[in-house]
Amino acid sequence: MSSKTLYDKLWEAHHVAKKDDGSSLIYIDRHLIHEVTSPQAFDGLRERSIKPWRIDSIIATPDHNVPTENRSDGVKGINDPISKLQVVTLEKNVREYDLEYFNLNDSRQGIVHVIGPEQGLTLPGMTVVCGDSHTSTHGAFGALAMGIGTSEVEHVLATQCLISNKQKNMRINVKGNLPERVSAKDVTMFIIGKIGTAGGTGYNIEYAGDTIESLSMEGRMTLCNMAIEAGARSGMVAPDETTFSYIENKPFCPSGEIFKKAKEYWKSLKSDDDALFDIEHDYSASEILPQVTWGTSPEMVTSINEKIPNPLEFKNAENYQDALIYMGLKSGMKLTDIFLDQVFIGSCTNSRIEDLRIAAEILKGNKISKRIKRALVVPGSGLVKKQAEEEGLDEIFIDAGFSWRDAGCSMCLGMNPDQLGQEDRCASTSNRNFEGRQGYKGRTHLVSPAMAAAAAIEGKFVDVREVK
Amino acid sequence: MKQISNEFSGTYVCLDKSNVDTDQIIPKQFLKSIKKTGFGENLFDAWRYLDEGTLEKKSSKRIVNDKFILNNKIFLDSSILVARENFGCGSSREHAVWALKDFGIKTVIAESFADIFYNNCFKNGLLAIILDADIIEGIFKNFDINEANSLEVDLINQKIYLKNKYVNFKIDDYKKNCLLEGLDEIGSSLKLSNQIKLFERNYKKKNPWLFK
Repeated sequence: MSSKTLYDKLWEAHHVAKKDDGSSLIYIDRHLIHEVTSPQAFDGLRERSIKPWRIDSIIATPDHNVPTENRSDGVKGINDPISKLQVVTLEKNVREYDLEYFNLNDSRQGIVHVIGPEQGLTLPGMTVVCGDSHTSTHGAFGALAMGIGTSEVEHVLATQCLISNKQKNMRINVKGNLPERVSAKDVTMFIIGKIGTAGGTGYNIEYAGDTIESLSMEGRMTLCNMAIEAGARSGMVAPDETTFSYIENKPFCPSGEIFKKAKEYWKSLKSDDDALFDIEHDYSASEILPQVTWGTSPEMVTSINEKIPNPLEFKNAENYQDALIYMGLKSGMKLTDIFLDQVFIGSCTNSRIEDLRIAAEILKGNKISKRIKRALVVPGSGLVKKQAEEEGLDEIFIDAGFSWRDAGCSMCLGMNPDQLGQEDRCASTSNRNFEGRQGYKGRTHLVSPAMAAAAAIEGKFVDVREVK
Repeated sequence: MKQISNEFSGTYVCLDKSNVDTDQIIPKQFLKSIKKTGFGENLFDAWRYLDEGTLEKKSSKRIVNDKFILNNKIFLDSSILVARENFGCGSSREHAVWALKDFGIKTVIAESFADIFYNNCFKNGLLAIILDADIIEGIFKNFDINEANSLEVDLINQKIYLKNKYVNFKIDDYKKNCLLEGLDEIGSSLKLSNQIKLFERNYKKKNPWLFK
């Protein structure tokens, strides 16, 4: 028997059939649904007069298009009638097909990629899909997790399968100890800076090496979350004891004998020692410093102690030049000379309890700079919020001058009321710095939660390693 | 004589940008719609107009950005869009494809595409063609902003004709058939229902913890 990668094993375990044209039907274990990319798919089911194939594989929650304040009235509290209709439509579909649903007033509601793992709905060895590109997050558990389009949402609802072609195998090895206060966010941004936003196109990325193994589950989720920003539809980390102890006792995780049995299988989910990868990249953790993006693509990133590079150094010089114009920056400028208007801590990349803890640790006893017009903390789920409040983190944020919100995607994509004003410059723990992403003509700099907190205090970027 | 399937041929327009993300193709505020149509007016909204777009604003009341290539009257009826590498990166929103189609684009040609966007195209009858960088460069060099020019796209024989020269392109058979035959993917997969059920039965035995 030939050696296999983890991805090869997951692919084979879910392979239902090969169609005549070479594509494959892949069985899907978990389907996460939210309000934005599902209504047209449910309409499709109704047109065909069919029902979802397996309703116990589906979990639904509203997250993208919901306000993060004044939530006590639930859906009724959504002021924008068009947004309200989208959430009401989700609720109607959930009722019609009797799906598991966490509504706006359920403490389990939150960003799909936060609540899946939090509830034990994401398990090793699963195939996970969602009509959202950051579904790669769930790969942190040794799952094959892919973002899909709405037509594919409909296909999975109807058949429990995804039509797919096998990807190539890429492994990214990171070894050694990360410098102090350098996090998984910096690792994933550093990698994107190296391989580019199309570097992983056509590949599944397996992240490996002792640096990755020493990351917590939340760190691994942050890492895999941005695999899509490197072009890879899926990224993954082999499950280990860290994984098993994280999921054990989660509400939807199996327990007792069946957990033990599952765990035996999960332990086999790793790449064979002599498995061949189509491509491998090796990085040393010690060279990874706090990262900051300066442009309008996640690959336009550099370390905090560097200057903004000259666009002429890059193949697409014109695009890089356009990015600097959009961002209102010049090459040669130090990153520590960039002043900010807003700070956003949240998103499916960085809104979990460890993210809030490190930000609060830095903010404790400090006030945000007078320059900062608005600073938001948006926990990834109602339960993250509750946990943070039990630990007193909310008070630290509020005392520092942050606004403490309810769970949702918030300013990561600015579909809801949380948006940047024109030319507002924001330190953001989210995943995309595209033009207008966080608000019309808004300027986004992607950073880790620690860097965002430090920037909030100073009103500009600082090296968080130098903050007491 | 060359045989042309005209469905994917037409006037082409070049958008000289790499990494065009789906947030640019259709900005977030337009994703609030629960329909698949009506997105064309807001295709490339932040580039096409000089004012901020909202769902309520009619395009006739907007301030048009005359410098943006798609606003050039010559190219208003373009059905082929040519771009650089990594077109359609970012969000999985299928609304990006719906917007291109709604605008009248039938074929997108680029050096490379992001995976999810590429898949989404074929689910909606949009042809996405990958060509080598030097061929794309040639198309850009030939592109005349003062004159509408056509590209003839022969999907059956996988050839693109430009001024009597042609290049071959690759496309997998499945995607080609989807476009040529308007394949009903769900219908075709449901024909394999028995195979899916059999797989599921065995799979459940091996992985009981994944089932309620």
